[in-house]
Amino acid sequence: MKTAGSKPPISPPRWLLAELTYACPLQCPYCSNPVDFARHKEELATEDWKRVLSEAREMGAVQLGFSGGEPLTRPDLEALVAHARRLGYYSNLITSGYGLSAERIAALKAAGLDHIQVSIQAPERDLSDWLAGTESFAHKKQVARWVKEQGYPMVLCVVIHRHNIEQMEGILEMAVELGADYLELANTQYYGWARLNRAQLMPTRAQFERAEAVARRYKERLKGKMKIYYVVPDYYEDRPKACMNGWGTTFLTVAPDGAALPCHAARELPIGEFPNVREMSVREIWEESEIFNRFRGFDWMPEPCRSCDEKTKDYGGCRCQAYLLTGDMTAADPVCAKSPHRRLVDQAIAEAEAPPEVPLVFRNPKASRRFFET
Amino acid sequence: MSLDPDTPLRFSPLHRLQWEEAQQRYVILYPEGLVELNATSAEILKRCDGKHTLKTIVEELERKYETEGLTDDIREFLEIALENGWIQTAD
Repeated sequence: MKTAGSKPPISPPRWLLAELTYACPLQCPYCSNPVDFARHKEELATEDWKRVLSEAREMGAVQLGFSGGEPLTRPDLEALVAHARRLGYYSNLITSGYGLSAERIAALKAAGLDHIQVSIQAPERDLSDWLAGTESFAHKKQVARWVKEQGYPMVLCVVIHRHNIEQMEGILEMAVELGADYLELANTQYYGWARLNRAQLMPTRAQFERAEAVARRYKERLKGKMKIYYVVPDYYEDRPKACMNGWGTTFLTVAPDGAALPCHAARELPIGEFPNVREMSVREIWEESEIFNRFRGFDWMPEPCRSCDEKTKDYGGCRCQAYLLTGDMTAADPVCAKSPHRRLVDQAIAEAEAPPEVPLVFRNPKASRRFFET
Repeated sequence: MSLDPDTPLRFSPLHRLQWEEAQQRYVILYPEGLVELNATSAEILKRCDGKHTLKTIVEELERKYETEGLTDDIREFLEIALENGWIQTAD
């Protein structure tokens, strides 16, 4: 029975992801931005961002990611970094490195940036440039070297999918060559553009297992020298991930136009208008908005999650994945073997063995407009 | 591996040790991560300044807390901190 007025306690945000822009010179077909990103054109102004950073910091947010799109396209990035440093954030620039010069890396350091996460698509030029949709491989490696030289922790990120998973050894050797302090091996999560291109991106189980064995071997070998984060491909698990550590418990994303999201993929949910930082304070959004409260706690859960003894561990998994696969955002994440929809995940796995011959859709404004212009 | 009591220790330049007002505790910040510290751990790490050693940290904390026999606990924590890359030997 539901107790009248009983609400789950609200913990303050710890991580703020500031998506400064949807503009990006790259066109990666696994981009996590919403497929209709080109619909949202009005970017927040510098003063709006400063206020958002101040308000979230006051509530207790401490890890800050500047992301996008490509955050380097914002000329006020240095000013925002400096503001974040004054507030005591630990700030991270999540970048493709495209167009980044040694001078700007130094200017960002002087402004107080703590680390730079450079993404590289693959360990060799042709493949990396093809995936990025832009000639960028050689410069990305140069950026990684500058980042290292200038005393930042060097964080290299490689998104893994069927076009580069066979090169796991090459990816790890590249990370060693570049002197990465951290390597994020991010198996593609199927949201946004990645969901659209899933049939062309999803590796087979055998590919995934071989790649994981290679990563594990290097992890052991590089212990104490390089920290390797391995983001598991959850379709090959039988329990869902504790997505975002639970909805509205830890993570806050603010999209380029000011929409506040409980995770960067949430914009794809059929929720209507997300609260916007132009109209509400971060505290009002976090504590009072209906959307941030909607999937807090356990009362919202239908079966099989409701009576499941693992619900306190995984919170029913990912709301976006539930919606994208079943059409019902309150359903159990279909990755879970207890979900009545698990066959949808098994079908995708079977399809990976014999993917249909369709071209990858690259992420750019023209392709995006197809999703909202008729 | 056992930590030499006279080796100077310093906090890692790739991590940040910071007081968090909202949490009322010290935390270690690093790429993609945050470690929450209890009061004693923070007192130990604050002293990793490139000059202090296991020996001098023990002396200071035994004085501060008016107690004895902290060597084993502090050594154990510093070895964990070294393994996690939070601190480095400064020589």
